[in-house]
Amino acid sequence: MNTPQARWEHFEHQADIGVRGIGCSMAEAFVQAALALTAIITEPETVTPLQAVDIVCEEPDQELLLVDWLNALIYEIATRKMLFGRFEVQLDGPRLQARVWGEPIQTGKHQLTVEIKGATFTALKVGQDDSGVWVAQCVVDV
Amino acid sequence: MDLAKLKRQSDYEWRIEPHGAMRVPGVIYATEDLIAAMDDKVYQQIVNVAALPGIVKAAYAMPDAHWGYGFPIGGVAAFEPALGGVVSGGGVGFDISCGVRTLHTELTLDQVRGRQEALADVLFYRIPAGLGSTGAIHLSNREMDAMLKGGAHWAVKQGYGRPEDLEHIEERGRMAGAEPSQVSDHAKKRQQDEMGTLGSGNHYLEVQHVVAVYDPEIAAAYRIRLGDIKISIHCGSRGLGHQIGAEYLKRMAVTASSHGIALPDRELACAPIDSELGQHYLGAMRAGINCALANRQILTHLTRGAVGQIFPEARLELLYDVSHNTCKQEFHEVNGETRELYVHRKGATRAYGPGHPSLPEDLQNAGQPVLIGGSMGTASYILAGTRESMALAFGSACHGAGRSMSRREATRHWQGRTIQSELAERGIIIRSPSYRGIAEEAPGAYKDVSAVVEAAERAGLARRVARLEPLIGIKG
Repeated sequence: MNTPQARWEHFEHQADIGVRGIGCSMAEAFVQAALALTAIITEPETVTPLQAVDIVCEEPDQELLLVDWLNALIYEIATRKMLFGRFEVQLDGPRLQARVWGEPIQTGKHQLTVEIKGATFTALKVGQDDSGVWVAQCVVDV
Repeated sequence: MDLAKLKRQSDYEWRIEPHGAMRVPGVIYATEDLIAAMDDKVYQQIVNVAALPGIVKAAYAMPDAHWGYGFPIGGVAAFEPALGGVVSGGGVGFDISCGVRTLHTELTLDQVRGRQEALADVLFYRIPAGLGSTGAIHLSNREMDAMLKGGAHWAVKQGYGRPEDLEHIEERGRMAGAEPSQVSDHAKKRQQDEMGTLGSGNHYLEVQHVVAVYDPEIAAAYRIRLGDIKISIHCGSRGLGHQIGAEYLKRMAVTASSHGIALPDRELACAPIDSELGQHYLGAMRAGINCALANRQILTHLTRGAVGQIFPEARLELLYDVSHNTCKQEFHEVNGETRELYVHRKGATRAYGPGHPSLPEDLQNAGQPVLIGGSMGTASYILAGTRESMALAFGSACHGAGRSMSRREATRHWQGRTIQSELAERGIIIRSPSYRGIAEEAPGAYKDVSAVVEAAERAGLARRVARLEPLIGIKG
């Protein structure tokens, strides 16, 4: 279940677009960042969680772990030709274990905009604000 | 960008004096207006690039420079291995060798106007475009490696195009030094179904007509006449290039300190050219260049098939093929000596002047064609490299208009369907699988390409040869 803090947003970048996940934990912020990623491509609500895919990343640097997580999703989207709308993320030290649900891309059903090339280090930040809320963000190249 | 921070050399050349960690000055080729509209982050990115080890002469920004990743988009920088120079994944970008190729057609405006809808439909049907689209070509591991070594040569050998096409591609269609073994299995897997696909975003195929000729002599050498119909294809190395970019960016960021490189911004991730990682990246990136050249070659073949269906008499010959996102080993004169440099062009076009040995014989006197893409509703330009450009920015020029508005803002301003019908009223037919994609790429979301091109000419980087306007646009 999402906590009341959980939400995602996009932020402006002249040529590309920034994804920002916000949550009460780092894992929740990562889930929200993943939703923001899907929202670049299509409306996340239009993606039915039919098939599950497991993703594992390992990286001691929290910020690079976010980049690895988003790049792993981009890879699954590109190679499976799927979109994902539901995410579960567990963090254990440097290790991220996730199960993500989605369905094959259907041009009739999903209003698609643009494919994503990769997550970048631009405006890359993972951390807590003064009130303890977690933010995970970076610009993605489209 | 604050002009007060720059030293004016001329109306079209501005300098950032070396300060702090900068090893060389920064040089921006642009008008006062274009610079005023540039983000302040472009200034910081030029300053950061100028501080990298082994940089030679200056960190350059082209008239279309905008905020990129580490390097500005529209950035040019050369590094010398003998000075501990570096190669940077961010200095090349994610879409390795993204570029433009333009084809002659020998068709007239009247012919195309008469069959415009039918031509748009057949191109849209035969050119895979947009997210999730797949090509008809599926490569085995061995074929993939052959493609990564052979580039457009490989494609022609497979029957996609003609041997004479290769003469009019940078590197004659095959980038030497590609090392498929340095390209990960993930990158190859991502490319498996993507050969001969256009992609999405700002990538397109356009049928254009020539509306102005500025330099009749060079235009004649390029076989461009007023009213001609040309076809331009803008795309890159697809998933393979994106995956190479993402993987090496991280490896370079993580190992920079072990190479004694202090990065002011992680996105500047780089490795010494002479290091193992630097060499591995160069091998992989060159394979990415070949992937882009093969992809544009296959798309050319598909375009020939599509156009031939409507106009069997059309002859689609290659005018030229340029790449925007590359790092190439080149020889340039610096302080009277010829030196081996690794020239990064991020969102910048190679623009060799007349007489350069790498140009094909028929372009020796005219100089290299520089193909500048526009947006759906605006113009594209064909320029020619100049002799001066070799000394100004290692033979480089601008690459396009650049966005003036973010994608989100564009979707708030425009609706895809409205843009499509407004363009149709102006005689421009757009075909795309995505209305939202059309809105994000609205012509109004781009800067004025004419101002960029004029500044490039005034600065001496390239000469204007012709202006083209779109008739049909296939967008991903």
